[in-house]
Amino acid sequence: MLRFILKKIGVLLPTFFGVTVVAFIFIRMLPGDPVMLMAGERGMSDERHAELMQQFGFDRPIIVQYGSYMADLVRGDLGTSIITKKPVLEEFLTLFPATIELSLFAIIIAVLVGLPAGIIAAVKRGSFFDHTVMTAALTGYSMPIFWWGLLLIILFSGILGWTPVSGRINLLYYFEPVTGFMLIDSLLSGQEGAFRSALSHLILPSVVLSTIPLAVIARQTRSAMLEVLGEDYVRTARAKGLGPGRVIGLHALRNALIPVVTVIGLQVGVLFAGAILTETIFSWPGIGKWMVDSIFRRDYPSVQGGLLMIAAIVMLVNLVVDLLYGLINPQIRHNS
Amino acid sequence: MRRSKKLFAAICCASLISVVAMTAQAKTLIYCSEGSPEGFNPALYTSGTTFDASSRPVFNRLVEFERGTTTTVPALAESWEISDDGLTYTFHLRKGVKFHTTKNFTPTKDFNADDVVFTFKRQQDKEHPYHKISGGQYEYFNSMSMPDLLKDIVKVDENTVQMLLNKPNAPMIANLAMDFASIQSAEYGDAMLKAGTPEKVDLEPVGTGPFQLVAYQKDAVIRYKAHPDYWAGKAAIDTLIYAITPDNSVRYQKLKAGECQVMPYPNPADLKAMKADKDINLMEKEGLNVGYLAYNTLMPPFDKPEVRKALNMAINKQAILDAVFQGAGKVAKNPIPPTIWSYNDTVQDDAYNPEAAKKMLADAGVKDLQTKIWAMPVQRPYNPNARRMAELIQADWAAVGVKAEIVSYEWGEYLKRSKDKERDGAVLLGWTGDNGDPDNFLAVLLGCDGVGSANRANWCYQPFEDLIQKAKTVSDPAERTKLYEQAQIVFKEQAPWATIAHSIVFEPVSQKVIDYRIDPFGGHIFYGVDLKE
Repeated sequence: MLRFILKKIGVLLPTFFGVTVVAFIFIRMLPGDPVMLMAGERGMSDERHAELMQQFGFDRPIIVQYGSYMADLVRGDLGTSIITKKPVLEEFLTLFPATIELSLFAIIIAVLVGLPAGIIAAVKRGSFFDHTVMTAALTGYSMPIFWWGLLLIILFSGILGWTPVSGRINLLYYFEPVTGFMLIDSLLSGQEGAFRSALSHLILPSVVLSTIPLAVIARQTRSAMLEVLGEDYVRTARAKGLGPGRVIGLHALRNALIPVVTVIGLQVGVLFAGAILTETIFSWPGIGKWMVDSIFRRDYPSVQGGLLMIAAIVMLVNLVVDLLYGLINPQIRHNS
Repeated sequence: MRRSKKLFAAICCASLISVVAMTAQAKTLIYCSEGSPEGFNPALYTSGTTFDASSRPVFNRLVEFERGTTTTVPALAESWEISDDGLTYTFHLRKGVKFHTTKNFTPTKDFNADDVVFTFKRQQDKEHPYHKISGGQYEYFNSMSMPDLLKDIVKVDENTVQMLLNKPNAPMIANLAMDFASIQSAEYGDAMLKAGTPEKVDLEPVGTGPFQLVAYQKDAVIRYKAHPDYWAGKAAIDTLIYAITPDNSVRYQKLKAGECQVMPYPNPADLKAMKADKDINLMEKEGLNVGYLAYNTLMPPFDKPEVRKALNMAINKQAILDAVFQGAGKVAKNPIPPTIWSYNDTVQDDAYNPEAAKKMLADAGVKDLQTKIWAMPVQRPYNPNARRMAELIQADWAAVGVKAEIVSYEWGEYLKRSKDKERDGAVLLGWTGDNGDPDNFLAVLLGCDGVGSANRANWCYQPFEDLIQKAKTVSDPAERTKLYEQAQIVFKEQAPWATIAHSIVFEPVSQKVIDYRIDPFGGHIFYGVDLKE
């Protein structure tokens, strides 16, 4: 098992190095420079422009800039935002809990709904339920998040008044953040109604963010289950007189789960991508919105740092998924 | 004994009731703001979002704009004198002005001349201990030419300061009402420097303004409370909250749901519904801006005024107003908006007349002209859809035989390339005023100093330049007005731009809000605002 883990980490290191190069080059390839954007219509003299570029260190050859960036990175320094003048890591860590909270809820909804829906659709293949689930999944997958989010806000917040429009909690509650996770902090605050307010604010954005992963998980579970349900050992289990619950739960699902777990792991990247729009619509103060703002302002250190952190997290989650394979199916561990 | 117990119980009850009553009366106004501030020192930044969160609630300036107008009024300076040569400004400071008390800092003295000197020296003097703190970029100070204008600022006594200028500059008082001139506490600066945390001055602001910062969570919320000792009287609102809500449709939903009471920048598509909503007061005001099309007057055939005028006459501006502004704009004939003093209403706009335009082009020897129209990639109050505007101008010019290609670049790149003196084509751009002075439009956008920079027309015309330079040095408002009126006539004759439109600013506020006024500079100001019980 240790060899298996080390081998996986060995693959991740060059990938991580590659991400540093891509993150660094990518933002500099975008047209426009941060200093001009700062000046806006007002503009600035060429001398002042050169002075600021020098101050930020953007006038140096790109390889020198990269070298100094890597030297800082090794020391755990992701740089300082050229807009807010705050350390990038500090900004990331301040905003990250909000994204994690939202993504966790979204993935929980996606798994809790998508997995059983996929299983039932496979078992009742060709039924009305199957067709309904698959049509809904296709619709969910194709729906633009921005439009979907606004639609839900107008319906549930505007017309029905069941949920708050946006934000993480009713702003009349005030307490200092302790963990950055609003559900936990609202409980810790001891203020009556704070937890309920935080939970009600989480519902709509989680549902919106979970839509695409839910559709993917439902479809993947259905097709994996269909494949497994046709296998000889499932037929044997049935022939042995095992009940449908045991056949599906014990024999079929465990094998069908491997591709499903892969898909769930891959959804982490999808969640981060979806968070960008979801956070913007629901005024959710997470890293998605922060990254978009940083890209628009050409805040090089924030974009580099943010991309790197997100890539590291996606890689870490996929490592965990790889390790999970080994638990679900020991054959994979032994073969590798 | 029993009597004293009763008395004690009565006092307790009364205290309890008064506490409950006070809590019930605490007024909270929630403003659905559009974004996060970059920081809390307005001298370091240039965006309106940052000013809304810093200079407007937290700080004061020596002079300020009267709420809802462009008129300067005394603020931290009670009065001032300007020397005859226009080089010395003497400010008499208001006494008894208190700075905010925060968890990090308790002021021991009132506002005085040291604070004014600290504020301006930090931006001017490269050797000042605070100059390089938080990046040290004072772009507004620089772009208003303050380093060239300001020779020195000296403390005369505790309540008097003098600003010494290198050359006379009539708009100086208006400049000092701008956000970058917000007065910081020198005592707080010293304390943070001694504590080894000077950057806190810019992150945890201490000002003299009507509200003091309580807490800020990036991309989520900013909280303020009323400054109890505010020199102009405590604000009617006890708690001011900015709910950061980037999407304008979501802001509208929050306003409708009562989750906030004021919102900026509504989606034009929502205006009709807002007007119809009895709970919403849709306020509107002419914006302090101008959207224009700047020819490159250095490149033929645009170096000829008759060609520029002919092209102006080929543009159907009313059609642009209808299609692009959808009623939220007004045709522009002058380079300054009508809300600015010295606006010359006698100037006649170039009437839309394609036939006459065609003839004028032919007379000027222009045939089969091919050019470019630059369309901004971003939405601005003075131009909500530059691409659509460019398409309409393209069609209008095609009707007089001018073939135009529309080009666009990423915003930063657009700003950079459009400054080029050898640029091919006419650029769509605009300007929102900073200080309500005509100089802020005419000198910045059309002065000879701005060629190759903010003067996108690269137009340096001596008769115009003489007028605006003279107006800079004259302190008599009546004389300045005459000079600027004349400058607008010269501008119209020479036509370096096609002036397109001045936008109308809309701000929906809840009907519960009392006496909110739209700021002509695009700011959002909550001192003086109240809420119905």
